[in-house]
Amino acid sequence: MRRLVLPALLLTVVMTVLLGLVYPLVMTGVLQVAFNGQANGSLVKSHGAVVGSALIGQNFTNAKGQPLVQYFQPRPSAAGANGYDAMASGGSNLGPSNPKLVAQVKSAEAAYRAFNAVPANVKVPSDAVTTSGSGLDPDISIDNARLQAPRVARARNLPLATVDRLIVEATQNRILGIMGEPVVNVLRLNILLDQLPGS
Amino acid sequence: MTSNDWIQFLLVVVALAATAPLLGFYMAKVYSNQKSPGDCVFSPIERGIYRLCGIDPDGEQRWRTYAISLLMFSLVSVVVLYLFERLQGHLPLNPAHLAGVASPTAWNTAVSFLTNTNWQNYSGESTMSLLTQMTGLTVQNFLSAAAGIVVAIALVRGIVRGRSKTIGNFWVDLTRTVTRILLPLSILAAIVLVASDVIQNLGANHVIHTLAGGHQTLPSGAIGTQEAIKDLGTNGGGPFNANSAHPFENPNGFTNLFEIWLLLVIPFALPFTFGKMAGKVRQGIAVLAAMLILWMGSGIAVMLLETNANHAIGPGVTQKASATTLGGNLVGKELRFGAGPSALFNSSATGTSTGAVDSMSDSYTALGGGVLLFNMMLGEVSPGGTGSGLYGMLILAILSVFIAGLMVGRTPEYLGKKIQAAEMKLVVLYVLIVPFAALGFAALSIMLSSGRASIANPGAHGLTEMIYAFTSASNNNGSAFAGFNGATTYFNTTLGFCMLIGRFAVMIPVLAIAGSLGRKQTVPDSAGTLPTDTPLFATLLTGVTVIIVGLTYFPVLALGPLVEHFVNHV
Repeated sequence: MRRLVLPALLLTVVMTVLLGLVYPLVMTGVLQVAFNGQANGSLVKSHGAVVGSALIGQNFTNAKGQPLVQYFQPRPSAAGANGYDAMASGGSNLGPSNPKLVAQVKSAEAAYRAFNAVPANVKVPSDAVTTSGSGLDPDISIDNARLQAPRVARARNLPLATVDRLIVEATQNRILGIMGEPVVNVLRLNILLDQLPGS
Repeated sequence: MTSNDWIQFLLVVVALAATAPLLGFYMAKVYSNQKSPGDCVFSPIERGIYRLCGIDPDGEQRWRTYAISLLMFSLVSVVVLYLFERLQGHLPLNPAHLAGVASPTAWNTAVSFLTNTNWQNYSGESTMSLLTQMTGLTVQNFLSAAAGIVVAIALVRGIVRGRSKTIGNFWVDLTRTVTRILLPLSILAAIVLVASDVIQNLGANHVIHTLAGGHQTLPSGAIGTQEAIKDLGTNGGGPFNANSAHPFENPNGFTNLFEIWLLLVIPFALPFTFGKMAGKVRQGIAVLAAMLILWMGSGIAVMLLETNANHAIGPGVTQKASATTLGGNLVGKELRFGAGPSALFNSSATGTSTGAVDSMSDSYTALGGGVLLFNMMLGEVSPGGTGSGLYGMLILAILSVFIAGLMVGRTPEYLGKKIQAAEMKLVVLYVLIVPFAALGFAALSIMLSSGRASIANPGAHGLTEMIYAFTSASNNNGSAFAGFNGATTYFNTTLGFCMLIGRFAVMIPVLAIAGSLGRKQTVPDSAGTLPTDTPLFATLLTGVTVIIVGLTYFPVLALGPLVEHFVNHV
């Protein structure tokens, strides 16, 4: 039996050093040099200051937690008590037939229609009223952005065409035209708005 | 399903077709000790490891010694991991100053990563220190995957060798799996992932001032290196709570498909390894065909179901895809992947014993979630985990020739080995032990009020959550209907037992079968031999897999997903 215990102990030590220290630490060193921006979370700046990660959604609310009219709003979020808590990623996990889900979507739809003055005959895109899997989804659909555009243009005193142009600029198309879906990155779009002269 | 969803599905199929055979044939060389590319790099490293650890690389083992080596190594692994978790507060590389993990969670997590289950009753970002993630969890991601592969290889040797008392050397097989397969592929995968925006740093979490004037804390970590082996080793235990839905683990549509490929490449390569080692590649392809039928069938089914609308959502919301909006059931899904590829990810993950998710299964449609559950109930053979998929399918192949043998009244044979009472007893044990653990514990828990307290959603869906948890643990999958609260002492303990049963009470019979078949002489095919390299046999194997599962689990599938579906569609 001792012939088997010793290799078990020693191999665990060797493998822990090789796979738990050498592999991640050497790779971190190499990748920090080769892909510094990506390895550190794709941080984005506005007016010289880091304002977030292009990959992680964030709230655009005032101190009371109410959505700000001058910014595009992300999807509803189940991460943390106020949403978009990057230390508490996760979804609502409500089942497809759960009455709570139905009620939540209904109230999100009503709030979205009121906030953006969407008339009853226009349908709301489902991404605007559903929580994502991570609670940190940085994107919204193009239709969702277009429905919010008039409200943002009004709040910023901008022509609608200018805002629509920025939506196109913040749209990420499918990779190689195939992979993923075309989506609008909310943080990038709001940074573009803030960087317009006179804002 | 949009045409683009179909194209992405085909892209994954093409990528697998281009790579799995090559990897499979390479692995056959590795396990046959033939000259293989990279010998000049790997051989000196391996010799060093053998010398350090006192391993005799030429000493072959009988099945009992092989099994005891596996158990001994697992025992050391689980103790080391448990200690890392408990003591992390006193150890370095803990930038967020996290305290030691509580003992029920530490036990559950240690067993979970040991058994390649990776069920997670904790939020990675707020529970595990950087040291625990790297030296504990990442290391087990490698070793548990390697342990699965070597058991499959031992079974293949038992089938292939004639009159042999031994089935290989556990220590050598394990070392070579790590140095020649898992580590090189993980390095490549980590480079691809980080180049595509996955993070890889060792800093502390940092607080940023958001555009609207608030604060947000962004997590850090060596995520690229961990994500690579998490997927490649069909582990699934991610550094973050949201797993592969988290943008730092899975930032875009490309990484999503790449991660799906990572999940599938080793399980689909192993049948080629088997065929090559058996000297008849067609034998491997028959096994592969059964895996492929099950993976494609379930993958397409979930994609179709999830790109449909959730009918409970009101008429004022559009769930139809267009050029400017996404369609499907988007609750718990990320827009950058889309509903179709999200469904393919979760279906591939439940089919490969990977606990990973890129969307929340609890919010899938009743039938979509039902197919995910069914994938696990198949015993992880579609195409199954690293190693566990192949040994599972080979056991089912033995069962298939036995059933066919009964029908025509001949002694069943598989690759020239007579299948007799000793093997069939072990096969039946293999087939029964997992459903016994999964259904037994689920039935017990549903009767306890403390068990029912963990259910998050009302009605039939709640029952599905409970069944899903024990099916996932017993089949060493690790994915969850995440609304279910497994983080209680009761569930931490019982789910831990299920994982141990699902791993070792399955691996030991497999190694015993390997030993028993290895000792037999190989008899030449006769007119009465059922050929096992034909489309007919692949169909039979698929049928046996589905029917055995159907008979065992149909009642609970009817009470859970089917009731939920029909209640909402009448």
